[in-house]
Amino acid sequence: MIIGIDMGGTNIDGVVLHQDRILKTFKQPVDGSDYFASIWHCLEALIEGLDRTDIKRIQLSTTISTNAIVENKVAQVGVILQPGPGLNWSYDHFGERLKYISGSIDHRGSPVRVIDRKELRQIRDEWSDLPIDALAIVTKFSVRNPDFEHEIEKFFSNDYPDITLGHRLSGKLNFPRRVETAYLNAAVSRTFRTFAEQFQQALEQADIQAPVYILKADGGTIDLEGAIEKPVETILSGPAASFMGMKALLHENGNDRLLIDIGGTTTDLFLLVDDVPIFEPLGITINQRKTLVRAIFSHSIGLGGDSYVRFEEGQLLIGPERKGHAIAFGGKHLTPTDALVYLDRLKGERGDESREAIEVLAKEHGLSGHELAENIITKMGEMISNTVDAVLEKLNGSPVYTVRELMSDRTIKPDSIGLVGGPAEALAETIHQSLGLPIDYPADFAIANAIGAALAKPTVEINLLADTERNILSVPELGIYQTLRGSLDLATAKQFAMEQVKLAGQTMGLSKEQLDTEIVEASIFNMLNDDYGVEKNIRVRAQIRPGLLTHLQREGGYNESKE
Amino acid sequence: MKAKNRLGLILFPAFDWAISPRHPEREERLLYTQDQLMEEGIEDIDRIEFFNPLIATDQDIERVHLAYPDVEALVSESHRIAAGGVMQAFDLVLSNKAEKSFALVRPPGHHAQRVVYGDRGFCIINNEAVGLAYARQKYGDMRVAIVDTDCHHGDGTEDIYWNDPDTLVISFHQDGRTLYPGTGPISDLGGPGAYGYNVNIPLPPGTGDEGFLYVLEHVVLPILEDYQPDLIINSAGQDNHYTDPLTNMNFSAQGYSVLNDRLNPDIAVLEGGYSIQGALPYVNTGIIAAMAGLDYSGIWEPDYHLGKWKQTDRVGQDVRSIAEAVIEIWHKKEEIAQELFRSQKKVTRQRQVYYDTAGIMEHQTQEFYLCPSCPGLDVIRSKNDQGASLVGITVPRKACPDCQTKAYELFETEQRSRVKFVLLQDQKNDRFQRATGR
Ligand SMILES: [Zn+2]
Ligand SMILES: [Zn+2]
Repeated sequence: MIIGIDMGGTNIDGVVLHQDRILKTFKQPVDGSDYFASIWHCLEALIEGLDRTDIKRIQLSTTISTNAIVENKVAQVGVILQPGPGLNWSYDHFGERLKYISGSIDHRGSPVRVIDRKELRQIRDEWSDLPIDALAIVTKFSVRNPDFEHEIEKFFSNDYPDITLGHRLSGKLNFPRRVETAYLNAAVSRTFRTFAEQFQQALEQADIQAPVYILKADGGTIDLEGAIEKPVETILSGPAASFMGMKALLHENGNDRLLIDIGGTTTDLFLLVDDVPIFEPLGITINQRKTLVRAIFSHSIGLGGDSYVRFEEGQLLIGPERKGHAIAFGGKHLTPTDALVYLDRLKGERGDESREAIEVLAKEHGLSGHELAENIITKMGEMISNTVDAVLEKLNGSPVYTVRELMSDRTIKPDSIGLVGGPAEALAETIHQSLGLPIDYPADFAIANAIGAALAKPTVEINLLADTERNILSVPELGIYQTLRGSLDLATAKQFAMEQVKLAGQTMGLSKEQLDTEIVEASIFNMLNDDYGVEKNIRVRAQIRPGLLTHLQREGGYNESKE
Repeated sequence: MKAKNRLGLILFPAFDWAISPRHPEREERLLYTQDQLMEEGIEDIDRIEFFNPLIATDQDIERVHLAYPDVEALVSESHRIAAGGVMQAFDLVLSNKAEKSFALVRPPGHHAQRVVYGDRGFCIINNEAVGLAYARQKYGDMRVAIVDTDCHHGDGTEDIYWNDPDTLVISFHQDGRTLYPGTGPISDLGGPGAYGYNVNIPLPPGTGDEGFLYVLEHVVLPILEDYQPDLIINSAGQDNHYTDPLTNMNFSAQGYSVLNDRLNPDIAVLEGGYSIQGALPYVNTGIIAAMAGLDYSGIWEPDYHLGKWKQTDRVGQDVRSIAEAVIEIWHKKEEIAQELFRSQKKVTRQRQVYYDTAGIMEHQTQEFYLCPSCPGLDVIRSKNDQGASLVGITVPRKACPDCQTKAYELFETEQRSRVKFVLLQDQKNDRFQRATGR
């Protein structure tokens, strides 16, 4: 049995899966004052009457870290940066808990100027009176050589218990993002650890042995120990839960597909290329902070079933704001849901009031009620279709760096749509019309996010770099910084990367069949040194693809529009 | 961070292409530049956007080059992409998708002349010229200044615009007596239709930031002020850097940034520069920051020491006297031209062009016909030491009807001469014709 729990902004969903079937579900509003209690209550309800020893894993998508950041209930973080020469990004938002130190590492990872210990001592003195709970330490190019970050960490290790080093969070190059990511990791570290410990204790008391996995924004999971070390990985997992849920509930066809999740306030778009999710190029953004936290690509439109519908200067407008429920469900303002109720595509609790509101507004603008309702729904379809076009244009224009990629011209071209969300069934025909693609939508999607959380499997991405001139091989994500002995070719480097990824996956409980590892990118460069000898610079990116632990047996059948 | 200017970047490192595995123009060339740009967070700066290159077709290339035996036989996909990258750079600026653009493409192009038998100085296709010809075709006529800050003389660009008064070419370079390709003296000023609009500024070895900026202030900017171009292109070679293995100059990343800031080009195009670890990562970051209108004061080579790379007083004196000579000629160019070309119908010049990479020697005669109502036709008769030969007849974009008729007549008659190919490059009608000789 797998237990999946998704804690969203308003509701907490839970599901118990046994092999490929749904055994039990749960849904309740979240108690904003006590997230742990909400989760625990959900878990208790789910396992009631079940044999606890049958539970294989517990998978959580939580907003613990996200809420701490959004509500600014975070630790006081001292930030020490070693930016070296370069662009002058402003980090003023860290205020008085920000210090710059001299010393630098270059793009090859060679130290150019060393750390000045005097500066470190000065920081210790100046910060001795400031309340600081955690440190974030980031050096430019630290992923190429973490020595300076380690040295600074060592200096402060007795002063601060929680220290985050930039190079441990991602192998990707982007100093400003590494800074924000390290800051956020340090900032939520205590909050998340407190939650995790509380959860572990509760499990022990309840005599549940199953391992716990936390959903990440990239649609994969991380084990609880990993999450305690890198809590920043657990932010913004909601869209990933929804995406994985859709993937579990919809047909797979191996082609490019567009997935649309229509909620009350927003509509989220996702894309699958050859049925594999695509990622944000660098990482997710939270509270205007751009991070290196890997995330499934999604695009959110301020348009949903409860979006505010009105005319402004003769123009029909929908969203982006939401002013409450639809009139058909006790709200005060007109929404697309009311239009769907008018057209008999949805049942409303207060159908008469809703119809009346449509007719009043229609009359003001010289339309029949039916015309206005149709216009609203058509407009909604157009807005979605225009956004899809813009998103595809942007993605298809993403920069490539090799002749092969440029000449092969792999454009993303969805050939079908998967649709979930409250008004999915009522809007399927409209979306099918405006996008001109066949649509698939599941009969029951109420707990899609919990299913997504339950079925997500651990993922790892690694960025290997080997430099035979400096005799180093590094995989920052796994903390590997080795000395190379002898020569290295691309095939060996790829094999090493695959082994490391597999090992990481197996450590997190994946079976051989579940691993699904791949080399994402691999390149080798000749480096000519001063004596005209040829050395190699090798780069390999490998990952466990996000995917489902098992495929779900679909109950209630499929719904498909006809071409 | 938000850029003051909307900047379009075409960063195409062609990680899967090299002239040969140990050639300076190999896969690795932009690897560290890309690393540096990514680490600096360039991708996250508002109003800086990345674009992919276009791919130059035969027609795009034939607008500029007389290719022997033909384009397909000479160029790789990478050459088409490098030229296509510059086409994209023009598109971005002229369609206002960006205010400025920078094409970081390889291989370079500024040694590629009108006739092409093969590779010279790592160049086969003149990327800027292909981009500009494409832009003029698509967006109409424009006055353009190309400022070549590569350490080598931009002899290809000079040749292509030798007789074009609408394209001012200014090249800074290490004196040809001390560096490939050996050309580029002050006295090479252009053909009869554009005399004085080819400006060479040969600089002594050891010129540093001070010297380059002196030339910029005292020669380049005043000339641009006079010329009033619609567009300024920086042929942004980076081999004046103090770490460059092929040259002997003392220019720094900070110097390149300041130069770019003051020159304020609309479009920049990477040319040479083979200090791929010590220079390119920093110089490119500096150029991008300057073009975007961002603060570049923090961009330095990590190990830079000002004292070490300061130019000597002797070099400073030489730079000043060269600058003086160049600006004096600029002011007197009309008088000199009148004197030089008075009552001539045709100006002929003989040239030898060596293709160092391909190992070919070419002998060329260029004929420029003087016309009172247009820049005039020109004809190239060329043969090389491998037995190839061609005649190229070019109708300039602003040709008068008489010159145009004359060109088509010549195209017929030349087909009876002993030559492998006769090529008609009708820039006015954007038409290219190829015939075999006798
Ligand atoms: Zn050069
Ligand atoms: Zn004429």
